[in-house]
Amino acid sequence: MPRYAALIYGIEDNGESDPELWSKIMAEYMHFGEAGGAAGVIGGGEALQPTSTATTVHVTGGAKGGDVIATDGPFAETKEALGGFYLLDCKDLDEALKWAAQIPGAWHGRVEVRPVIDFSQM
Amino acid sequence: MTDPLDETIRIEGGQVLATLIRLTGDIDRAEDALHDAVVTAADAWRRDGIPEKPGAWLTTVARNKALDRMRREAHRLPKEAEAFRLLTESAGEEADHDGRDDRLRLLFTCCHPALSPESQVALALRTICGLTTVEIARLFLVPEATIGQRISRAKAKIAKARIPYRVPDAHELPDRLRAVLTTVYSVFTAGHHAPLGELDERVDLADEAIRLARVLVELMPDEAECIGLLALSLATNARRRARTDGDGEIVLLADQDRSLWDHEAISEAATLVDSVLRRGRPGAYQIQAAIACLHGIAPSYAETDWSQIAELYALLEQRWPTPVVRVNRAVAVAEVCGPRAGLDLLTDLAGGTAERWHLYWSTRADFLRRLGDTAAAAEAYRQALACPCNDSDRRFLTRRLTELESPRP
Repeated sequence: MPRYAALIYGIEDNGESDPELWSKIMAEYMHFGEAGGAAGVIGGGEALQPTSTATTVHVTGGAKGGDVIATDGPFAETKEALGGFYLLDCKDLDEALKWAAQIPGAWHGRVEVRPVIDFSQM
Repeated sequence: MTDPLDETIRIEGGQVLATLIRLTGDIDRAEDALHDAVVTAADAWRRDGIPEKPGAWLTTVARNKALDRMRREAHRLPKEAEAFRLLTESAGEEADHDGRDDRLRLLFTCCHPALSPESQVALALRTICGLTTVEIARLFLVPEATIGQRISRAKAKIAKARIPYRVPDAHELPDRLRAVLTTVYSVFTAGHHAPLGELDERVDLADEAIRLARVLVELMPDEAECIGLLALSLATNARRRARTDGDGEIVLLADQDRSLWDHEAISEAATLVDSVLRRGRPGAYQIQAAIACLHGIAPSYAETDWSQIAELYALLEQRWPTPVVRVNRAVAVAEVCGPRAGLDLLTDLAGGTAERWHLYWSTRADFLRRLGDTAAAAEAYRQALACPCNDSDRRFLTRRLTELESPRP
């Protein structure tokens, strides 16, 4: 079964500003998790802490063994950030898009669907 | 005389390829197999004569070639093993398969929303109609390399993201329709105006587009634009025999022998237009069909209802603001209000993509000629000749230019 990553992008907000909206979104995700789980489509997934908690690591010199440079945050501050992802096991892109459209992130932001490389097929 | 193999590929190549794509599950694999089969056919047909059903012959041989290739690869690649299994299971299935479903399925794959609109059309023309990248580039006024890139990118995405080969379910159909209509219309255009070479009319391609349009109407009877597309194709195609003279030279609408038009097709189109416009959802195809029918029912060029045609083009331009629509609108407006008004409508197009289109320049040239500005008209014809166009277009433009440069005493 082909696997797709559904990458969820949206405006970062922990919900402090609107607890009511936050609990509504949580309920929506719960619902998606139940539906996707029952259909056996969800092969994994995580929600990420906001980019303010992120640390970017870069090894200089373009090869292993260079200096390790750790910096605060992601490279660029964009309005929408990666907030989490699901791994979806679907037979084709149409099915993956159908499930991706049911992820709450698709209406609160947007979801990028990318095929996962299957190294056993290479 | 045409080579029977070339002829088979031209007429049935798209059908054969669509079936091979269903059987092998991959465009590249299908193209490789077809190529192998064509190489085999070149020898076998010369030696044994042309088979009774050349298309079916190619499909069978190509399928076996694909099997050979995949059998060789199956032991080392699990993906090939899977494809091999699929292909073996489907053995014998194609004998009674009319291939219509294959083409429709492939059409919806080529027109999948996950592909860019430009790629959709290029891929469909390449795979379903067997046009070359040069021919497609000419149709869309873009460099050949761009088309090549669009096609290879689209093929890679279909394979890697697994865009399925299937006709969408009923509830998805309307959403998937627009791209399919664009594609079918592009096929018709390709058939109606042969892109390159000596002989114009790619007759079968236009017929093919009409057949596809009929299938779409049958599949989606509630979609007004499907009917619009069918009517447009019928009414335009009805004038085909009058479009060129015995020597293959272009005959302008004004000079066409209207008794050569297929009035039965025009009346079918007019009936379709009348009924569909009553639904009150006039889209771009329905408007164009209405225009084509007004031309079709006019007893002569002079007695054409140009003011209604000009209005319809204005309506069309609101929905579909392209240089092609503007140029056609300018022609109609010039018939009502004179060449100056027509020329004014072309002003906006200067400096844009229209300048790579020979009909923009030749329309401009015609307005200038009618206004008596011979020097500017001649220059515009020279610009037209610098654009890509087929041989009969080229001869027509050269003739016009010569007439201008050496006026009769």
